[in-house]
Formats: sequence, structure tokens, C-alpha cells
Amino acid sequence: MKILTGNDLRTGAVTWWNGSGWSLFVDDAVDVGDEAEEILARETAARRVNVPYAIEASIDAAGHVRPAHIKDRVRALGPTVRRDLAVPTAAKTGWDWVI
Amino acid sequence: MYRYDQYDQAMVDARVEEFRDQARRRLEGKLTEDQFKPLRLMNGLYLQLHAYMLRVAIPYGTLDARQLEMLADIADKYDRGYGHFTTRQNIQYNWIKLDDCADALADLATVEMHAIQTSGNCIRNISSDHFAGAAADEVVDPRPYAELMRQWSSFHPEFTYLPRKFKIAVIASEKDRAAMRLHDIGVRIVQRDGAIGAEFYAGGGMGRTPMIAPLIRDFVPIDQFITYAEACLRVYNRYGRRDNKYKARIKILVHELGAAEYIRQVEEEFAHMLSVGVEPPREELERIKAFFAPPPFVSSEVETQSLSTMLEANGGQGSAFGQWVRRNTHAHKAPGYVSAVISLKPAGGIPGDATSEQMRVVARLAREYSFDELRVMHTQNLLLPHVAIADLPAVWQALDAAGLGAANMDTIEDIIACPGLDYCSLANARSIPLAQRISERFAETGRTEVVGELKLKISGCINACGHHHAGHIGILGVDKKGTENYQLSLGGSEAEDVSLAKITGPGFDEDGVIAAVEKVTDVYLASRAEGERFLDTYRRIGMEPFKEALYG
Repeated sequence: MKILTGNDLRTGAVTWWNGSGWSLFVDDAVDVGDEAEEILARETAARRVNVPYAIEASIDAAGHVRPAHIKDRVRALGPTVRRDLAVPTAAKTGWDWVI
Repeated sequence: MYRYDQYDQAMVDARVEEFRDQARRRLEGKLTEDQFKPLRLMNGLYLQLHAYMLRVAIPYGTLDARQLEMLADIADKYDRGYGHFTTRQNIQYNWIKLDDCADALADLATVEMHAIQTSGNCIRNISSDHFAGAAADEVVDPRPYAELMRQWSSFHPEFTYLPRKFKIAVIASEKDRAAMRLHDIGVRIVQRDGAIGAEFYAGGGMGRTPMIAPLIRDFVPIDQFITYAEACLRVYNRYGRRDNKYKARIKILVHELGAAEYIRQVEEEFAHMLSVGVEPPREELERIKAFFAPPPFVSSEVETQSLSTMLEANGGQGSAFGQWVRRNTHAHKAPGYVSAVISLKPAGGIPGDATSEQMRVVARLAREYSFDELRVMHTQNLLLPHVAIADLPAVWQALDAAGLGAANMDTIEDIIACPGLDYCSLANARSIPLAQRISERFAETGRTEVVGELKLKISGCINACGHHHAGHIGILGVDKKGTENYQLSLGGSEAEDVSLAKITGPGFDEDGVIAAVEKVTDVYLASRAEGERFLDTYRRIGMEPFKEALYG
């Protein structure tokens, strides 16, 4: 599946396109299929999110949206070395999910 | 230490307000990210994996207590209660909001600090020997010369858009504690026949093409010091490549031209610039020097105390305190004093991170025991430069209570590690977890002391912010088909015996590279001659025994 991600303009927080707006939780990400370019162009123009981009992802066995690249999985949960600063999604997936 | 004059303060204040307006326009949607990015980078504001990151300049790593307390306040007020000290003697905050950034910069300006030129293709924060002003072996305190260069390079109109970033280090002793020859320009202040001058090295650096800077002039009279630096930069600015960012650093220019031709061009430019007259008046250097006058050390024999006497009265060399004194203190030029290293490398901890509370503890100790001075070391530790030997027990007790009492300077636990893939958008692999696991394992098994001096440096990508090329043991994280992989290298040094590490062979996964570090230390322990450090043994026996242990 193809999902969209970026960083919030004000806070820099990692965000995921949920079909109608931007969510902090990767599990909210939706498959944008062929609409990626159109949504990216529209959202770039709206200037709410910094440099949004499309990435490959899959649904794992537990039903979580799992970005294909480790960099985006780290982005999804937070620094693996400061789990106290993680986004709440981390509690659902567990840190092994990143590696 | 140097204090801002009205011009310094006015420039910094004006820049804060300029950035406030730029950030406001970005938030209002009047600037695109492409338009805003170069503006925020000029003010040290990056966008990293999880948030904006603000890098604050700490010129030549020197701070006073009031400034460190402000850094702690900023960590609490605008970030998440901690900061990360870097290999350029700066501090980074990982969770800054764009809305808050101008306010944070305004707070910094109240204590004569800023984030200007901590990013972008300009002359970056000038680094120096962390023992400057205290070291027993220095010719002079190098910081006035570094400060003169800071003033010259700040907002220099010709050097705002260099082909690439530019890093300068200034030292003043034979011992190199600032990786001087791994800088774009390295300067060593020297004394010849009673005259002060500077040795210049140019074209060093780490990154994807590591190079050791060659000597380009063995003596520049101090009254021509800035003019010569200007000539070096002008030749680079004119001929450094702008068509390929990977070939844009001065090291590539010096390498491609050859040192002799680069020197010829610099000398020609130098002669021209001497006729133009860009050197600051000598009075300015003297004015700056006055800020770095030595503090009023106590010199009477009654009040000074020898290390051995003090240790005898405080548990002896074998105590935890004694080990800290042996490992973490450094000889001082004033009798009865030492410089005390504050390790930001607790076993299993994150190298270079300090909480706001820890910063406040250090600030208080600096005020009470170190003439209100402290330093950031390029090894990502802090330093109290001037501590009376008699005060060491009180200093150590306070540090230990704050989790800052680790006795591991220059050991395998004293690891330099970049933020890596846990924070950095450029990284390919995580660095910090390796540092945590290695330091924890060596501390638990008691091998740290057995191994002795061993400098381990870890970078999460080829940009080499973790100085892996200069590690006795270096680790580079790479992306191998979407998974983290680590290359091991041996034999680097950033000290006066500078050398670049060589890769051992195929890379390892996370567990594998930790096991590999243990194996190479096993080879060292089995092979070392009396008094040899890891690096000495490697240089004597070569790579083969290590490769055999790793891959045989």
C-alpha cells in the first residue's frame, strides 16, 4: 500500500494522511493508491505539513500499518532510545516492530 | 571569558527579530518551505525525523554558569527537559516548535548566545582545545585567537554562501585535543624566537572522503593571522566546486589542486590582501585577550594541596572517588588546580545528553568551584576547567549524586556517537543503541579498566558526525537493503598522532558488531606490549590479526 507522511508545520511532529487530514498515529494512515500525487500537490499548497511524501507500507499480522523503511518506522514511534518520549502508538506495536 | 559589546548584542538581537518575522510569515503561509528552509538553517533550525531541531553555538566550547542555566531553562521551557552536546562543542534541542523558536532565540540572546551559523554553507562555530586557558602544555590561551576568528567570520559578507560548510579549529599546544587536522582549516598558535604566530593546516575533514589537512604555512605572524585566513577562504570560495555537493569541501580542492598549488594561490592572495589591509587592529586582539585573563588562582603553599595528599585523606586511589580523580582530572598550569571532566557517558546512557537538572548542577559547581567557567568538550562531555584540588571531593560528590560521576574519560565507555537514526534525517542506522550496549557490557564485565585508553566513535551515516574515521575503533552505520548494518574500522586518531581508520572487512548486524568490538579488544589484550594503548598495538601488529579474529 502507499501512504503519505510529513512533519507538522508548527510542531515538526510526524504526521500521516488519514483520508481527510493529518494524524499523529501511523495506524490511521490510509492507502492513497493512485491519488498520492494529487493529494501531495494539494497538501503542499495548503502548507500545513512540511514536505509531505509518499512511502510504501503494509499491514502487519497484528493489523498495524507498517512503513517499509526503518527510517519511517522510527519516525512513526519516536526515538528507540527514549521510549518515554514515544508517540502512544508504540504501546500498541511494541518496539520490536521498528527493527 | 568574552563578553558581548554593543555591536555583538545589537547584531544578535536584530537577527532574533528578523527570524521572528520570517517564522511568522512561514506559519501564515506566506513563505514556502523551499523559501524558508535556507532562512531557518541560517539560524540553526533543522527539521529532523521527529521534530525541529535547534543547534545553539557555544563558541570554542566556553560557557559560564548563567549561560548553562539558560540552556537548562530552554530545555524545560521549549523542549523536553534535556539537551544534546555535540562534537562541535555545541548543544542541540530535539523537540523545538517553530512557534517557539524565536522566543527561544530571544532568551538565548539575553545571555549572549545565539544559533547563527550553526548550519548552512558558512564558517561554523569555531572549536578549540577544551583545556584552553588551563592546560599546562599550552603556549598561550588559544581562545582570544578563536574569538577574533569568530568575530571575523560572523556575517562575513563574502563567506555567507561558500561552496560548502566550513569548520575551523584553533589550538595552542603540541597535544591536539580538538581534532585540528581534521578540519577545513586547522590553526595551531605557536611561539618562534619569542614571537607568537600561527601554523595553518588546510583541507582536512571527515565525511565521505576523509582527509588529513596538510601543513600549508608553518608560521604566520599574529598581526597577519586574519589576513591569511581570509586568503585561504578566498581561494576556496573562488575555486571550490559548486556543481557537486559531495566534492565541494575544501579538502577536495586542496587534494585536486595539490597542496603546493593551493599554497601558491593562497600566498598570492595573501600578498594581495596584505596590501588591502583587512587585518583587525592589534588593539582589538589585546581587548579580546583581556577577557581571557587567568582567574585569581590561590598560589600559597598553605592553601594549595597535592593530589596525593588529598587522595590519602579521601579514600585513596582505589576508591570510586580515587578512580574518578585518576581518570577524569587533567594537569593544570596553576599549582594546586586540575581540570575536571564531567562525563556525559554513564554506562548504558546516551552519549552527550544532559537533563536540565544536570545542567543546573554543573552550573552551580562551575560558579562555586571553577571561577564561573565551564567547557563543552568535542568528546561530548563537560569540563570544569579550574578546580582546586582541595575542592575535588565536594565536586565529585555533587556530580555523583546527579548521575554525572562516571570515571571513564578516554576509555571504551567514553564513546562519541552521533544522534543516528533515532533522531537524524540523514542517518542510515542507529548509533546510540550501540554506544549504550557497548558501554554497558564493558562496564559490567570490568573490562573498561583492563583495556585502558580506547577511543570508540560511532556514526550513523557517511557524514561522520560521530568521527568514526578518527576512532581507535570506528563504527559506521549503513543501510543494507533496508536493514541496519555496521562497518568496523580500526586505527584512527584525531590527536597529534592523527591517522584515518581502515575498514576491517564486511559489515555486521547490531549484535555482530558488538561482538566484533569485543573480539578486537581480545586481540589487543593478548598482543599488547607493556604500556601500549589499543592504537599503539594496532599500529605495531597491523590489521591482519584483527581480521583473522573477526573473519578467520
